[in-house]
Amino acid sequence: MRQKYFTGRLLMIAIAVFLYLPIVIMIVFSFNSSKSRTVWTGFTLEWYSALFRNELIMSSLYTTILVSLLAAAIATVLGTAAAIGFSRMRRGTRQFFLTVNNIPAVNPDIITGVSLMLLFVFIRSVTNIELGFFTLLLAHITFNVPYVILSVMPKLRGLNKHLFEAALDLGATPIRAFWKVILPEIMPGVVSGALMAFTLSIDDFVISYFTAGSSVQTLPMTIFAMTRKRVSPEINAISTLLFTTVLLLLIVINVAQHRDQKKQKQKQ
Amino acid sequence: MSKDLIRLIDCVMVFDDDVILDKINLTIKNQEFLTLLGPSGCGKTTTLRIIGGFETPTSGDVFFDGVRINNVPPHKRRVNTVFQKYALFPHLNVFENIAFGLRIAKVREDEIKTRVLESLALVGLRGYEKRRVHQLSGGQQQRVAIARAIVNRPQVLLLDEPLGALDLKLRKEMQIELKAIQQQVGITFIYVTHDQEEALTMSDTVVVMNNGVIQQVGTPQDIYNEPQNAFVADFIGESNIIGGIMNADRDVTFAGKRFECVDTGFGKDENVDVVIRPEDFIVTEDGGQMSGIVRSVTFKGVHYEMMIDAEGFGWMVHSTLSQPVGAKVGLSVKPFDIHIMRRETSE
Repeated sequence: MRQKYFTGRLLMIAIAVFLYLPIVIMIVFSFNSSKSRTVWTGFTLEWYSALFRNELIMSSLYTTILVSLLAAAIATVLGTAAAIGFSRMRRGTRQFFLTVNNIPAVNPDIITGVSLMLLFVFIRSVTNIELGFFTLLLAHITFNVPYVILSVMPKLRGLNKHLFEAALDLGATPIRAFWKVILPEIMPGVVSGALMAFTLSIDDFVISYFTAGSSVQTLPMTIFAMTRKRVSPEINAISTLLFTTVLLLLIVINVAQHRDQKKQKQKQ
Repeated sequence: MSKDLIRLIDCVMVFDDDVILDKINLTIKNQEFLTLLGPSGCGKTTTLRIIGGFETPTSGDVFFDGVRINNVPPHKRRVNTVFQKYALFPHLNVFENIAFGLRIAKVREDEIKTRVLESLALVGLRGYEKRRVHQLSGGQQQRVAIARAIVNRPQVLLLDEPLGALDLKLRKEMQIELKAIQQQVGITFIYVTHDQEEALTMSDTVVVMNNGVIQQVGTPQDIYNEPQNAFVADFIGESNIIGGIMNADRDVTFAGKRFECVDTGFGKDENVDVVIRPEDFIVTEDGGQMSGIVRSVTFKGVHYEMMIDAEGFGWMVHSTLSQPVGAKVGLSVKPFDIHIMRRETSE
């Protein structure tokens, strides 16, 4: 028994090492004072300060944050509205739309990226909308919406269906009833959907790569370009920052969901 | 008490080819306590939802105070609803739940406070303002739901099986309280229930429904003592229902015997339903209009319930005196306790 337990533990540690060692090495060497990727020569913040002096990195960081914020905000509005629409459908129709909704989530990014690019190129041939920030934003909204829907749907399902009617009954217009009664109830789902969308957007490389055109670059695109040209510890530094940001966001989402579940349990 | 407040005229409701309501005609007077009573699926809740504005009838008209309100949305109607599962707002505390309607109506803050506290006092929940909704028991949530509706001073309060989720003892207390509240605030209550006892206890008027059709409208006494058909008789209290033939006015044959009754206006040899309440039998040790044998005796608290075989039928009889099983007894019924009903066209 004890022996088995021991090997199990060992295996777990091995898996953790495999998964996280590369990231740990990357973080450690982002503080390495020489350009070596193998020998530790001393601690420095040089690469981090170099980042902020690198215009290309700063402008792509700005693009990433802007596109992520906008895409997350717009996708949250659209996704919440869609989820409310789904919840009012008959069971069969709803099931159909939910399945359709899940397709982009499991679809390989490269397919989504290429197909969106083809669409935008076609649009360019008809109108004069060039591939650029706008198409990048549209692409990000597109792949974010399904995750928002998935996050809001369960909250809507758990809702007492008479809550909305009760608000109308007490004199609220349908719009007011939504703001004052439905939205507060589904808020945890909306917030975690928004955070999820923001995380996915910051993180995305493949779809951005195909839809941003040549005029704009997101941070992951810049990192990718940098690894191809010259190897610089700046990459370690920027990747560390990106990793930390996404990790923090994921922790926030998880904590928020956990708290919400606890609250639900208390209510019952 | 005399003014007509709500009128439903030929209201038909069809969902997916299912006829939920079939030409409902109903007049509801101001300040009355009216109960829609019937088994589940009889259309009582749909009728209530039409009055509340949550459903629009497929055809027919709804009038409120003389104005047609078919297409008036719920938030513009002077009615408030107490929902079956309360539908309190979980993110608001008790005070804010009750204040919801007043805040929408932009009532002044100090008036909101007075009125919320007033209605909390009315339902006996003073001091609970700060509580969260999920900290309350079912009965307390029920009271908050009533206070939330009443605080808006609606002309009509709609109640959709409001006591259904409560246990029997609490339900009985709330029945009495609800009636008291209704008399105190003096507004029309329209109450939906499938519990016949609840309907008889509280109502001024009972509307018995079945399969989307109104079976009978009347006072509780009317409904109980003079059911218009076998469905009403069976649904309201327990009944013995048996086929019979009218020989002439005030003369009916059933169970192979002739009985004197008080009903007139039937055709000679017309097939009818005869209804006799279990408590209306007179049990004697011998003699009587029918003679029978006691098959079973069950103690029910106030009375004994006996199944008595007589003249080829099994009769349910309630009596405060029990007879031993197997005893020979006589059964008699007074003429005015024999209720004759036109036979429903068999389906």
